[in-house]
Amino acid sequence: MAETEREMQKKEAETPDTGERTRSTRIYSPQVDIIEHKDDITVIADMPGVDEKSVDITLEKNILTIYGKVDSDIPKTHRLSLSEYGIGDYQRVFTLSDEVDRDKIEATVNNGVLRLVMPKAESAKTRKIPITAEGVGGLINLNGVKHQ
Amino acid sequence: MLWDSRVFDALNEFDGMRRTFRHFGVPSTVEFPAINMWVSDDKAVVTTEIPGIDPGAIEISVVKDSLTLRGSRQAAELKADESYLRRERWNGQFSKALQLPFSVESAKVEARFSKGVLSIVLPRAEAEKPRKIAIKSE
Repeated sequence: MAETEREMQKKEAETPDTGERTRSTRIYSPQVDIIEHKDDITVIADMPGVDEKSVDITLEKNILTIYGKVDSDIPKTHRLSLSEYGIGDYQRVFTLSDEVDRDKIEATVNNGVLRLVMPKAESAKTRKIPITAEGVGGLINLNGVKHQ
Repeated sequence: MLWDSRVFDALNEFDGMRRTFRHFGVPSTVEFPAINMWVSDDKAVVTTEIPGIDPGAIEISVVKDSLTLRGSRQAAELKADESYLRRERWNGQFSKALQLPFSVESAKVEARFSKGVLSIVLPRAEAEKPRKIAIKSE
């Protein structure tokens, strides 16, 4: 239960450097899990109010941006009597390293959760390097340095 | 003396001020899940963001004028060669009770879960609805 006592407030995203926005909503930074699997890196982001049509994922050079547009259906004739969370769009920016195979990134949205699967590039997959033991120990000469 | 009583008075006053203003605006921490509520004369609409949860696992109960939400979300189970590089999302159980502004017709409560947002429409109990009283003229 202690987990639920944690601070659960939505965090507003830092103002993007890309200039002024034309939509007059707040932008929140979604909470994200990043899990490394053997063959891929999975990014899971909580973006309630977002579906597969309203999320935008762009990859420019090595900057991956996820943007989710939220249209709130606030009942107009009602008055707000309790407000514990704000409603707004989501944005978060990640810098990818070379180990991701950019052409094979896949994204799905389910129940307001975005899941990005980024397969590792062939070259970045962990390889086990076998070490063969040689029978006799001794000094190893590196680059011809002579040990006296 | 440096620490005379005036200093402490000022500190006390500042503390009181902080206490007064704490209730304004969005609170810095709220019990999970955060809830918004809209109210009209004949119904209340409660919304909450609980993404990634199985709708069947959400338990909603209404008694008179109190609403209780219960549910849980499990974290992904990792195999031996998998690891979290970053972990921010919530998981575990939650239970939250909310006082509504009026008693509710519990049989007519409707809940909808879409895109990770749960929205519950709670119609006001018939007996508690405000009535217009017509004035007879002589």
